[in-house]
Amino acid sequence: MKPDELRSLAQKEAEARKSYRYRINVCCSSGCMPFGALKVLSAFKDAVKEFGVEGECYVARTGCIGTCSIAPAVLIEPGDYLYQNVTPDRAKEIVKEHIVNGRPVKSMLYGNEAYFKKQLRIVLRNAGKIDPLRIEDYIAVGGYYALLKALTRMTPEGVIEEVALSGLKGRGGAGFLTGLKWRYVARATGSPKYVIANLDEGDPGVFANRTLAEADPHAIIEGMAIAAYAVGASKGYIYVRSEYPLAVETLKKAIEAARSMGLLGEKIFETAFSFDIELRLGAGAFVAGEETAILASIEGRRAMPRPRPPYPAQSGLWGKPTLINNVETLANIPVILLKGSEWFASIGAKNCTGTKCFSLTGKVNNPGLIEVPMGITLREVVFEIGGGVPPGRRFKAVQVGGPSGGFLPEQLLDLPIDYESLTKAGAIMGSGGIVVLDDTSCMVDTAKFFTEFCVDESCGKCVPCRVGLYKLYKILDGFTRGEGSLEDLQKVEELCEFIKEASLCGLGQTAPNPTLTTLRYFRDEYVAHILEKKCSAGKCFKNGGGVGGE
Amino acid sequence: MPDAGAQQAGLKADRRLMLLEAAIRKYQYRKDALLEVLHTAQELYGYLDRDLLIHISKLLRLPPSHVYGVATFYNLFKLKKPGTHVVTVCMGTACYVKGAEDLVLAVEREFNVKRGGTTADGKLSLFVTRCIGACAMAPNAIVDGETIGKATPEVVLKKIRAIMEAEKD
Amino acid sequence: MAEVWEASKMIELTIDGKKVTAKEGDTILKVARENNIYIPALCYLEGVSSFGGCRVCLVEIKGSPRVFASCVTPVAEGMEIITNSERLKRYRKWAVELLLSERPHVCSVCVANGSCELQQLATDLGVDHLRVEREWTNYELDLTHERFAYDPNRCILCTRCIRICDEIEGVHTIDLMLRGKNSKVIFDLNDKWGFAESCTSCGKCSAVCPVGALYVKGKPHSESKRKELASFVTSRRSEKTIG
Ligand SMILES: Cc1cc2nc3c(=O)[nH]c(=O)nc-3n(C[C@H](O)[C@H](O)[C@H](O)COP(=O)(O)O)c2cc1C
Ligand code: SF4
Ligand code: SF4
Ligand code: SF4
Ligand code: FES
Ligand code: FES
Ligand code: FES
Repeated sequence: MKPDELRSLAQKEAEARKSYRYRINVCCSSGCMPFGALKVLSAFKDAVKEFGVEGECYVARTGCIGTCSIAPAVLIEPGDYLYQNVTPDRAKEIVKEHIVNGRPVKSMLYGNEAYFKKQLRIVLRNAGKIDPLRIEDYIAVGGYYALLKALTRMTPEGVIEEVALSGLKGRGGAGFLTGLKWRYVARATGSPKYVIANLDEGDPGVFANRTLAEADPHAIIEGMAIAAYAVGASKGYIYVRSEYPLAVETLKKAIEAARSMGLLGEKIFETAFSFDIELRLGAGAFVAGEETAILASIEGRRAMPRPRPPYPAQSGLWGKPTLINNVETLANIPVILLKGSEWFASIGAKNCTGTKCFSLTGKVNNPGLIEVPMGITLREVVFEIGGGVPPGRRFKAVQVGGPSGGFLPEQLLDLPIDYESLTKAGAIMGSGGIVVLDDTSCMVDTAKFFTEFCVDESCGKCVPCRVGLYKLYKILDGFTRGEGSLEDLQKVEELCEFIKEASLCGLGQTAPNPTLTTLRYFRDEYVAHILEKKCSAGKCFKNGGGVGGE
Repeated sequence: MPDAGAQQAGLKADRRLMLLEAAIRKYQYRKDALLEVLHTAQELYGYLDRDLLIHISKLLRLPPSHVYGVATFYNLFKLKKPGTHVVTVCMGTACYVKGAEDLVLAVEREFNVKRGGTTADGKLSLFVTRCIGACAMAPNAIVDGETIGKATPEVVLKKIRAIMEAEKD
Repeated sequence: MAEVWEASKMIELTIDGKKVTAKEGDTILKVARENNIYIPALCYLEGVSSFGGCRVCLVEIKGSPRVFASCVTPVAEGMEIITNSERLKRYRKWAVELLLSERPHVCSVCVANGSCELQQLATDLGVDHLRVEREWTNYELDLTHERFAYDPNRCILCTRCIRICDEIEGVHTIDLMLRGKNSKVIFDLNDKWGFAESCTSCGKCSAVCPVGALYVKGKPHSESKRKELASFVTSRRSEKTIG
């Protein structure tokens, strides 16, 4: 594709978009699909014909809007009217009232105002508003302009500088400065170089990356291409969880579309830059998301982490310099290049710029995917956007950061969400999982649940994680069945310290967090389990005398 | 043309084998394509039996122990034949908090099958998985490829009974 | 091959306060051993790639709050390494206790009793009881090979056998199956050893097994151990790591 062709295509598409007064975005992503999204889509198509408004109303099949709990969800522009639980009958009524009579159907709208007010969508800028399978849709909203700008008007070092100045930190967990990482790879010797987009998203209860891939795959592809240009890579891999079939399918088609338009492949925009992407499927291993394990997996081996150094930046895939970034990190890149690092750095908190996607789940009234500026408080997320816990229940804790994160109690809800604050409190940003727990959840049981997850997912390479975590699980399991003594709590703490400090990779190093934070903030529950054999949530002691039961 | 080693390995020279070998050729017999090849093989055959693994190790010129090690490391790969019908319950955090365990227990009890196992008659397998990315609809179960969101034991059992009944006719 | 002849840069550092010089790029463990400073190690095996799994070789480096596996951490100019703090002893003890509890290591009925590296280390560290419950795994003993035996119930998953079979003997008969606590050393397609076609019966694996998991039948364990190692290692490979 020539630069001019991108411009004229974008113009043509934008004009076509403008020629419609309304755009009906019907989510057909994996949350809404099982609830009849496709039927709703065709109902809308029929209805606009029936009412003769085809000419002014475009019905689009889009990716996830983020409000999967009100599936099937439909978003009508202009005005961002979000309809919930749409059925084919309701679709017809919506067309009649909203489009023909110009009166949005209030009773069917999603009534959660904080959902719109508190969010700031950079990564999810197009989610639910474009057809992920039409590359033209992405181009119409400015897609691939950042790549064009980078290739024709910026040096690789200039791109890195811009990213560095933005303050962007990796969204995959560790929060490493993205610009710095790019610089390491750019300076490393060895060729070819590789870029890996990490879409393993193994944290159970997190679906931000899935949403992004299903809703806006080209944002990931464009981000990768820019990264590749900056570090001097010619080949990229997207490593996707195989549990996400729709994301896999969407990415596959998006890559093909980009290739056929010449946005991937040889001499992109008639410059000397060539870059192509291959998809690689995971196969059910959480640890494969770890950066050295992902290398092993792409090379067709058991996904076992290896010690660093050497870092992937020096010696990655097949021993070559390799950049590994999370897909959310990458999706930020095109916007940073177009709007500038200063703009990006002005969003969020000091030392922690930009936004973060969070998957809000558990005992919360409005579960879903949200994108908020860094520095927002947990209380705003849980109680304003999430609408708090279901009626009649009491908030107990919020679990942040997945199996390697921690549980935070009510008194820490005013904590601003940034890497440092969360880590200090014993949780981590992780990949952005926020699970809300109410008084029906037992903290000992939940800590055991997360520990069991890590036992299942441990690769088995190092002793603290392989054996230590299993022993920890056995002790916690004992507590839930009326075994153990107060001395065991001390032992648990010592064992946790060993696992945290001595494990080889991040899985083992963070796996004790759920146990340690529940011990720190909910110690009385452990004591009640041990001394009184009492579980206030009624979860434990089910198979062995004891109190409890529901 | 199926590879000569195939018969040796005890595999039938059928369409599935042709497709598998075509895929391996597409990857140019590259050793690092092992995961891709295992994915393809499982899609075609439903599971990875011994003969299949031997054949793959020969074609990719990989040590058998390496192939076996990889195939057993990843949860997705099945080395035993799964049941005619498959129920998968998500036991990810969001689903667990919303009572996924009850779904598993209900299926285990009604159909006399353990998680990870298959009924004695080979009709039904019950698997658990960790998050399918539909957490907002938790708890989730997948019955023969169809996702049931906000699942209850009743709905899941009803669905399974329905497909088992349909089978009989 | 040119690099081999290039003089490596020499650097200075201290280990437990002792000044030593070392080749840049060498691991802390290697440099310590060259200087007769003892750091325990179980999965490390000279002559093959490093694994970094057992974690008994942990050391501290001044200026960092973390601990480092010395068998995989390269030395650097001016490093101040501590090999024997109270904290390290505590961690090593945990590692050994966990290994002893992972499978039924009842030394009194083990062929390796008296020549086992794990047992020796437990004695050195003063491990006299286990703070965690033992697992009584019940893997089948494999006696099918005419010369060697494999008892999975003694295996500590150090992968020495895997690495030597792959990197030195060059056949890769052995690998791991499953993962995490279910990991198990296997031959070929999880075959009985006697039926593993690729095995050349060279005996390297049993010679380097630190415990009583792989051994020569009918020969005292102490005699079949490591003595032959020097002759295996004809070509020293670079200390890369396997995953
Ligand atoms: C056990 C484990 C699992 C991980 N899983 C993921 C994952 O699923 N996705 C991801 O992006 N990063 C994951 N990470 C973090 C990666 O190792 C790596 O830091 C990240 O992909 C780097 O990208 P970023 O700098 O853009 O964050 C995981 C780390 C560990 C230790
Ligand atoms: S910490 Fe766990 S997952 Fe990581 S290398 Fe060690 S055993 Fe494997
Ligand atoms: S005897 Fe030799 S060839 Fe056989 S498994 Fe042991 S090291 Fe490998
Ligand atoms: S059999 Fe011996 S050498 Fe092999 S992994 Fe087990 S303990 Fe190590
Ligand atoms: S899948 Fe439809 S809103 Fe998320
Ligand atoms: S936890 Fe079940 S779908 Fe995510
Ligand atoms: S000897 Fe260093 S980790 Fe085992």
